[in-house]
Amino acid sequence: MRTAIVRFPGSNCDQDCFQALAALGYDPHYLWHKEDSVSGFDFIVLPGGFSYGDYLRCGAIARFSPVMKSVIEFAKSGGLVMGICNGFQILCESGLLPGALMRNRSLHFVCKHVGVRVEHYTTAWTQNASTGMVLNIPIAHGEGRYVADAETVEQLRRERRILLKYCDADGATSDAGNPNGSVENIAGICNAAGNVFGLMPHPERACDPLLGSIDGRVIFESLLASRKVQKVA
Amino acid sequence: MNTKSDPAITPELVASHGITPEEYERIIGILGRAPNYTELGIFSVMWSEHCSYKNSKPELRKFPTTGPRVLVRAGEENAGVIDIGDGWAVAFKMESHNHPSAIEPFQGAATGVGGIIRDIFTMGARPVFSLNSLRFGSITGEGSGVKNNRRLFAGVVAGIAHYGNCIGIPTIGGEVYFDPSYEGNPLVNVFCLGVLRHEQIARGAAKGVGNPVFYVGAETGRDGLAGAAFASRDLTEESKEDRPAVQVGDPFREKLLLEACLELLATDAVAGIQDMGAAGLTCSTCETASRGGTGVEIELTKVPQRETGMTPYETMLSESQERMLIIVKKGHEEEVTRIFEKWDLPYAEVGVVNDDGMMRVRNHGEIVAEIPASKLADDAPIYHREYQAPVQTGETVPDYAHDEPAAGLPALLGHPSIASKRWVWQQYDHMVRAGTAVLPGSDAAVFLIREAGKILAATSDCNSLYCTLNPREGARIAVAEAARNLACSGAVPLAVTDNLNFGNPHRPENFWQLRESVEGLAEACREFDVPVTGGNVSLYNQSPAGAVDPTPTVGMVGIIEDAAHITRQHFRQADDAILLIGGFGHELGGSHYFLTMHGKKAGQPPHMDFAKEKAVHEALRSLIRMKSVFSAHDLSEGGLAVALAECCFSPNGTLGATISIPGDAHPVEALYNESQGRILVTVKSENASALAGLCEWRGVKAQRIGTVTRDGVISIAHRGHNYEWDAGKLQAVWENAIPSVMESAE
Repeated sequence: MRTAIVRFPGSNCDQDCFQALAALGYDPHYLWHKEDSVSGFDFIVLPGGFSYGDYLRCGAIARFSPVMKSVIEFAKSGGLVMGICNGFQILCESGLLPGALMRNRSLHFVCKHVGVRVEHYTTAWTQNASTGMVLNIPIAHGEGRYVADAETVEQLRRERRILLKYCDADGATSDAGNPNGSVENIAGICNAAGNVFGLMPHPERACDPLLGSIDGRVIFESLLASRKVQKVA
Repeated sequence: MNTKSDPAITPELVASHGITPEEYERIIGILGRAPNYTELGIFSVMWSEHCSYKNSKPELRKFPTTGPRVLVRAGEENAGVIDIGDGWAVAFKMESHNHPSAIEPFQGAATGVGGIIRDIFTMGARPVFSLNSLRFGSITGEGSGVKNNRRLFAGVVAGIAHYGNCIGIPTIGGEVYFDPSYEGNPLVNVFCLGVLRHEQIARGAAKGVGNPVFYVGAETGRDGLAGAAFASRDLTEESKEDRPAVQVGDPFREKLLLEACLELLATDAVAGIQDMGAAGLTCSTCETASRGGTGVEIELTKVPQRETGMTPYETMLSESQERMLIIVKKGHEEEVTRIFEKWDLPYAEVGVVNDDGMMRVRNHGEIVAEIPASKLADDAPIYHREYQAPVQTGETVPDYAHDEPAAGLPALLGHPSIASKRWVWQQYDHMVRAGTAVLPGSDAAVFLIREAGKILAATSDCNSLYCTLNPREGARIAVAEAARNLACSGAVPLAVTDNLNFGNPHRPENFWQLRESVEGLAEACREFDVPVTGGNVSLYNQSPAGAVDPTPTVGMVGIIEDAAHITRQHFRQADDAILLIGGFGHELGGSHYFLTMHGKKAGQPPHMDFAKEKAVHEALRSLIRMKSVFSAHDLSEGGLAVALAECCFSPNGTLGATISIPGDAHPVEALYNESQGRILVTVKSENASALAGLCEWRGVKAQRIGTVTRDGVISIAHRGHNYEWDAGKLQAVWENAIPSVMESAE
């Protein structure tokens, strides 16, 4: 899976993504934000960080980076795109995903392991999981509160596009288990076609047992598995 | 050479620059004439304590700075460099930003972080993690002082988080203490470590006559003007007016600068590189020239400026952040252009290396300052300050004979200095770079540097209460405690960086504390065979209320040879045996028990027995290498009772413990004494006596004192009594101590 990890000025989690994906059998490459083509890539990752220093709004400037034109075209024609943390913010700013990420309810940046519950296993991103499975994956953000109007949230729910929800260790969602105040405890969503996935938690930080959890692998291995299935078909 | 608009050089102007009449004569001697206004400003910052260490240099020479692993020594460059094996090395250092943080906590702390990070990547190393050691006045109780301390605490933590998180370098450990002596004088000591190959070590020397000098990074403005001089005097009510002397940081700019500099260093284009920190353009220019044995000439109109009408004085003294000076090999200028345009960073060719040893500054071609570089950089006067031991260092030891022994534990756990610091470190991204193997909350941070395949441990320590009562012993203990914390994580110590925080050195009692602390640090570093690779001195931590408690902070780095040796402090499961290595101790002097329960800084600190301490660490490491240790936690503030409770507060669920303490010491002594060289270890029950026996065979006291339980009760039997606490309730006190006062303040 030839993967482009886009580097914006201020991206910080690019190296972490590269190493995690390489270890899992992906073929990762860095793609500088000034490049104007994504041809030759099967999968694009927008990694976490503080692109453009979070000036104006998180991701507001990155979405105008030269490379984003090709990323958006790629996404609209069904290409696989994953936005992690700041990457999720960029996907929302560029209209590839609905809603927005706002300041955490606590007004503080928060870095900790959280539980996220897989809501639907029927996507390329989650097919190795099962509905209700709890993954232990870290978050680290100051603006991770997902907001969208009631209609949008209802549409996401109805179309089974809410893929991950914050939960406690037993998989129950609650206010206490919601680290940032996201509506409906939403941690990750996908677009209507299912090829664009945005999530606030950092799965690339949960791939090495040394760091405490390897639940991030579930997501990356799901994607690889889904591609293999497609190839066979 | 004074332009018409410059003020005349009067004795008052000289004095207001912090220059004594004798120093002024010295300047005349160096120049062969009187300085002009710009030159006066230049000398004022270069010869401030902050830049020149003129009051502390004679003391700093006492540190051991050499060793087989030392690749770049203390004082040679911006940071020391240590070999970690297989051609890899680490550059690390600790620095302070105390005065700016007292006036403007957010930016003061943020720019402190920015500064130490630059010191690391200017050495050619990629910064991989940070720590910090923070001290504030009391945050509990009433009064405007308390409110101010909370404001400073919140601001400093937010500032460190803002800068560290944005630049993508994890902040993975440190310490936070609260004590009235830091009222109005917070201490903000920040540490950073970076990794590099031996051959990537970059130097800050202006080598190669004729090489162009480039300025890269953010534009220069008027911020932070004369910050170095500000840091070299006492804080007073009027200090608020020094607010402009606090620099403003932009971590995004620095992230770009970091990436661009590392990319540039990977080419063959760089002859020398230095960051512009304290004293900005002035310091970087004369220091690189001095190290290169050359001269540097710059033209100020070429310096990127973000404000109009800046005078030479302002441009030379500005401490605008996120700027570097790069001496480029002639012919390689295109590399700079290519890389800095890629990263959209300002850059400009501002000067050239010459061979006359002068720092020459021109403005529109006219010379506005001309000073022999090495005399400016290296020939600041050196002062041997008077020192005088105070008549008494502490209060009389309180009478604890009738204290209720069980009351101490919740009180100690609820003291913000001992309580959980989660409120702090959860604001730091401590997981970026996917290398943090041991999260904050354990004895030492442990980090896997993936590029190098090496696992490092790091800690920051100083018990300033001990240092107040006996600075020499307290400093010895600071080093020993750091080494002990590293041992508890499974590491062998490699090297030390120090941050000395003291009051006004013109007061003999303060200088005595500095001298004594340095003696203690130096002796301990020799004992533990850890060279000092560099550090920082912060003096004048003094307000009208008095000086801060002497605080020689120790930052220590160690290495863990095998991932299987990584050890954490929390108990893992019920039924494990609890061993106490190092004996039961008895010393209450300087204890947090006296401080918390009787409000006294009393007695003498516990005795440091280096031989015993080293033997204890070695014994623990040998058990860890046998892979038989489930957890290890050293005893420090609050003694055995506090350490035991802390072990039970596992992130995976509160455990309990049942132990007994033999002998007939007074229960307060038994529970809370702070005798050194002691560690709580858990092992498999059936191995307990064999492992204790192994320690004894090494000459180290060790015995099983009890068992980890699942019932959530901490039970300590002593002299026929059972002291019991509900571990869950203790944990709640410990966890809520800081959030309960900070969240209501917001």
